[in-house]
Amino acid sequence: MADAHTSAPGLLDPLRRFFDGDVWASFKRSPVTVGAAAVTLAYFMMAAFGPWIAPHDPFDLAKLDLLDSLIPPAWMADGDPRFLLGTDDQGRDMLSAIIYGSRVSLLIGFASVLLSMVIGIGLGLLSGFVGGAIDAFIMRMAEIQLSFPAILVALLINGVVIGYFKTHPEWQVDQVTLAYVVLVLSIGLSNWVQYARTVRGSTLVERGKEYVQAAHVIGIHPAKIMLRHILPNVMGPVLVIATIQLALAVIAEATLSFLGVGVPPTEPSLGTLIRIGNDYLFSGEWWVTIFPGAALAILVLAVNLLGDWLRDALNPKLR
Amino acid sequence: MVAFIIRRFIQSLFVMFVVALVSFAMFQFIGDPVNQMVGIETSLAERAALRERLGLNDPIVVQFWHFILNAVSGDFGISYQHKRPVADMLLERLPATLELSAVSALFSLLVGIPMGVYTGLNRDGFLAKIFLTISLIGISLPTFLIGILLIFVFSVTLANAPPISVFGLFAIDPSVLQLPSFGRGTVVEIGGWRTGLLTADGLKALIMPSITLGLFQLTLIMRLVRSEMLEVLRTDYIKFARARGLANRAINFGHALKNTLVPVITITGLQVGSIIAFAIITETVFQWPGMGQMFLQAVQNVDIPIMAAYLMLIAFFFVIINLIVDMLYYVVDPRLRVDTGKAAGHG
Repeated sequence: MADAHTSAPGLLDPLRRFFDGDVWASFKRSPVTVGAAAVTLAYFMMAAFGPWIAPHDPFDLAKLDLLDSLIPPAWMADGDPRFLLGTDDQGRDMLSAIIYGSRVSLLIGFASVLLSMVIGIGLGLLSGFVGGAIDAFIMRMAEIQLSFPAILVALLINGVVIGYFKTHPEWQVDQVTLAYVVLVLSIGLSNWVQYARTVRGSTLVERGKEYVQAAHVIGIHPAKIMLRHILPNVMGPVLVIATIQLALAVIAEATLSFLGVGVPPTEPSLGTLIRIGNDYLFSGEWWVTIFPGAALAILVLAVNLLGDWLRDALNPKLR
Repeated sequence: MVAFIIRRFIQSLFVMFVVALVSFAMFQFIGDPVNQMVGIETSLAERAALRERLGLNDPIVVQFWHFILNAVSGDFGISYQHKRPVADMLLERLPATLELSAVSALFSLLVGIPMGVYTGLNRDGFLAKIFLTISLIGISLPTFLIGILLIFVFSVTLANAPPISVFGLFAIDPSVLQLPSFGRGTVVEIGGWRTGLLTADGLKALIMPSITLGLFQLTLIMRLVRSEMLEVLRTDYIKFARARGLANRAINFGHALKNTLVPVITITGLQVGSIIAFAIITETVFQWPGMGQMFLQAVQNVDIPIMAAYLMLIAFFFVIINLIVDMLYYVVDPRLRVDTGKAAGHG
C-alpha cells in the first residue's frame, strides 16, 4: 500500500505480489481453508447466477401448482424426478427455493455488513482522529451497545422501524422491500461497534506516525488526511472483521426471518424456509426444513473457517 | 475495594440512564400513543382527556422524568395490544425464562469446565480433538437450528422409530427416550412463582431447551478453560508443585483450575445477559411461555411498552450481574484483596 502512488504499477503487479506473498502460501498450506473457500465461492456463484441455475422459479406464484406440494426428495419412494430435494407446502421446488433463498440471505448479509462497516469505520476514524469529548461519547455508546447481544438490538430496531413505517403511510413501500430495508437497518445498526473499536485503535496508532504529521505540516485539510491517508492504512483488520461479520449477519438474518420478523414467505430467504418447514417437521415432511437448515449451516461454517484463517494469516497479533 | 465498587455502581447507573433514554425514545418513533390505545369510535374530547391524563402535553423532559419515576416504582405502562399492565405480564412470565436461563447456564458450566480441563490436559488426545471439532460446529450452527435438530431427533425420529432388538434377547423401544418439544410440562405454583423444577414432567421439558440455549456458552467456556489451562500449566508455580511431588490431581484441580477461574467468571457473568436475550429464540422454537416469547410478539405487533420494559429489565439484570461479577473477583482472587492500589487497575 505504501508504494501505491510512487509509480504507475502494471495492472497485474498487485496480483503477482499476492500470489508470491505469505497469505497465498498459507492459504495453499491449509486444505480446510481451500475447501471452505471453494464452498463459499460456490455459494456466491449460486447466489449471483441463481435464476439461470435453478430448475424452477420459486418466486413466481403463477408457476406453482398446489398438487406438487410436499413431495419428498427424488430418491425416496414417493419422490418426483422433477424435484430433486422435494417440494414445500406450496409446491415450490426445495432446491430452487434454497438457491433463491441463499441469494436473498447473502444479499441482505452483504448489505448489512456494508452498512455497519460504513458506520463503524466513520465513527471509529472520527473517534480516533478527533479524540476528546467526541471520542469519549462514541466509545461509551459503543460499550453500552456491546453489552447487549446484537440479536436483541436488531429485534428492537426491527420493531421500531416497522412501527415507524406503519404509522407513516406516506412512505409507499411494498412488503418485500420493507422487509429488506428493515433487516439491513437492524442488522447493520446492531453490528457497527466492532469496526469502530478496531478502526479507532489503529487510527490512534497511525495518527502519531510521521506521514500524518507531514500531511498536517503541508496544510492538507484534516478531513482529507483522515479519508485519504489514514483510512487506507486501517483497512486490513476491517476486512477480517467483515468476513466474520458476514457469517454473523447471515445468521442474524436467518434468525430474524425464522422468528417471523424478517423476509416474508412469498420470497423466502433460508431463515424463512426453515420457519416454513418447521411447521411440517412433526408430520414427517422433514426435507422442507432440514435441507435449508443444512444449506445455512454449511454456508456459515465455510465463511467462519475462511474468516478464522484470514485473521491468522493477515495479523497473528489479532488473536 | 469500596471505591472500586462505588465507581462501578455509578457506571451502572449511567448505563441504566442511557437505556431508559433509548426506551423512552422508542415511544416517540411510532407517533401518537393515544392512537394505539383507543378505538376508532373514541371521541376527540375523550382522546384529549386521555392525552392529558397520560401527561403527553407536558414538556418532553418532564415526560422523561415521569417515565423514569414510573419505571423505578415498577410501572411500565399498559400494553397496547393486551390492555394490561406490562409489569404484571412480565412478572407472570419471568419464572419460565429465569429457570430456563439458570438451568442452561448451569449445564454449560458443569459440562463446559470439565471438557475444557480435559482438552487442556490432553492437548493431542483423540477425544480432545473430537470435543474441539464439535465446538466449532456448535459455534457455526445458529441457536434455532440446534433446537430444530434436537426436536427432529428426540421428538420426531425417536417417536416413530421401531423397537431395537438387542441380541434377540429383549427389545428397547426408542420412544422411551422421546423428549417433549414444547411448553413447560407440569408446573407447581409456590408463592406466585410457577416452577417446573419440581415435577418429573417439568424437568423433562427443560432438557432440550436448556441444551439448545446452553450449547453456545458451553463451547465458549470449554475453549476458554482450555486456553487458560494451557497457559497456567506452563507457569513456574505449576512446575514447582510438580517438583514438590504433589499428585497430578491436586496440581490440576487445586492449582491450575483455580487460577483459570477469574476469566471464566468474567465471561460467564457477561454471558448470562446474553443467555437471557437468546432465550427469545429458544423460547420461540420450543414454545416456552417466557418473557422472550412475549417480547417477540411485542416486536411483531409494535407493542412499544412491552419492548421498552423488556429492554430495561434485561439491562437491569445485566448491570446487577456485572456488579456481582466485580465483587466475585475479590472472593476468587486474593491478590485483589491485599493490594487495593493495584486492584483499581484490574479488570
